[in-house]
Amino acid sequence: MEEETHTDAKIRAENGTGSSPRGPGCSLRHFACEQNLLSRPDGSASFLQGVAEKSRERLIRNTCEAVVLGTLHPRTSITVVLQVVSDAGSLLACCLNAACMALVDAGVPMRALFCGVACALDSDGTLVLDPTSKQEKEARAVLTFALDSVERKLLMSSTKGLYSDTELQQCLAAAQAASQHVFRFYRESLQRRYSKS
Amino acid sequence: MAEPASVAAESLAGSRARAARTVLGQVVLPGEELLLPEQEDAEGPGGAVERPLSLNARACSRVRVVCGPGLRRCGDRLLVTKCGRLRHKEPGSGSGGGVYWVDSQQKRYVPVKGDHVIGIVTAKSGDIFKVDVGGSEPASLSYLSFEGATKRNRPNVGDLIYGQFVVANKDMEPEMVCIDSCGRANGMGVIGQDGLLFKVTLGLIRKLLAPDCEIIQEVGKLYPLEIVFGMNGRIWVKAKTIQQTLILANILEACEHMTSDQRKQIFSRLAES
Repeated sequence: MEEETHTDAKIRAENGTGSSPRGPGCSLRHFACEQNLLSRPDGSASFLQGVAEKSRERLIRNTCEAVVLGTLHPRTSITVVLQVVSDAGSLLACCLNAACMALVDAGVPMRALFCGVACALDSDGTLVLDPTSKQEKEARAVLTFALDSVERKLLMSSTKGLYSDTELQQCLAAAQAASQHVFRFYRESLQRRYSKS
Repeated sequence: MAEPASVAAESLAGSRARAARTVLGQVVLPGEELLLPEQEDAEGPGGAVERPLSLNARACSRVRVVCGPGLRRCGDRLLVTKCGRLRHKEPGSGSGGGVYWVDSQQKRYVPVKGDHVIGIVTAKSGDIFKVDVGGSEPASLSYLSFEGATKRNRPNVGDLIYGQFVVANKDMEPEMVCIDSCGRANGMGVIGQDGLLFKVTLGLIRKLLAPDCEIIQEVGKLYPLEIVFGMNGRIWVKAKTIQQTLILANILEACEHMTSDQRKQIFSRLAES
């Protein structure tokens, strides 16, 4: 009896509870499960695997934490609220740019500015910066980078899909070059704001 | 920006540190580094200047520069931490390189020692009042720090207080008092009845409190009024009637976005009616 149950458990683990095939020895995403949620049916359960929404918030939070001088405001929490008005692709990059501008507007002391740049690799390996939603859907891989303004260093990267090591380096170099445009835009819009006073 | 971008690596010239003197009055962004005057000679074009080593120990003239709001010392340079215009004030007398600071537009107040602010009493606890000054923590105000403090004349919860900070740093709860170092009120204390309290940005307060501000002179010619400015972005204003008070409050709030010509137009229109 013991042996049978042991085998059953092993098969279950190999089939995996994840939707994508994973190799042996890799760790699975976070699970959460709740049972008997609804009173009317005889049984009910909810199973949550991998929380996509939380991960985007965590990425933005970690980027902000790397740049904001938190030591000047101990025992204080800084809340950044981002509201999506319309999603036309490169959402995470847009969120990062908005968060940076909001922190500057609030006067939170920062050690540098940061910007988000997204790029997509399609099936031929062509690199497209700042992809639209259609391009993101058809792409083989979508990579988003957060870069800082002082030395264009990489603060955060979030990637989805299949790409090679050289392609990663190419995307990173292209994103660093593109970030100059974003920082120039920051500077112009801030100068315009201060010129009104 | 949806065209395929060329993958050729461009030379990324990182922003070099600029001399503080050349950037005065311009908008600076967080992350920029500024050189102080005595360091400019050492940098030179390209930063590779050879100078003969002087054998006699000449005391290098060090100028002491004060780092104001928006700037942090980073090694021997200044790091900009807030966005705004860079300003400099020459030292009045004696040695020192003066003060550098960043003039930023901000709505959120951070308590600073010596600032005069308007607070709202929110609670009484033991020996002290808790006063909301718009910072991250309520400030504490002792019962005894009023001129002529007795059991009778104490502020109640909900009163407006004009006082100054004696303790205000990032590690401790801010403390304020309503007497100066000689024990006199000097205009501080409980603010009277009626009137209107409203909030503006910190930059506008600093502009209005500048020595030769024409806005206040023009407003004074319009109606007789009482006005109190708190460095935490709060203004209390009181005129003869409620309508005049509201007009003054609207003018002061709108002052931020108007040019001086538009302002003069509005004042002349109000003076006529």
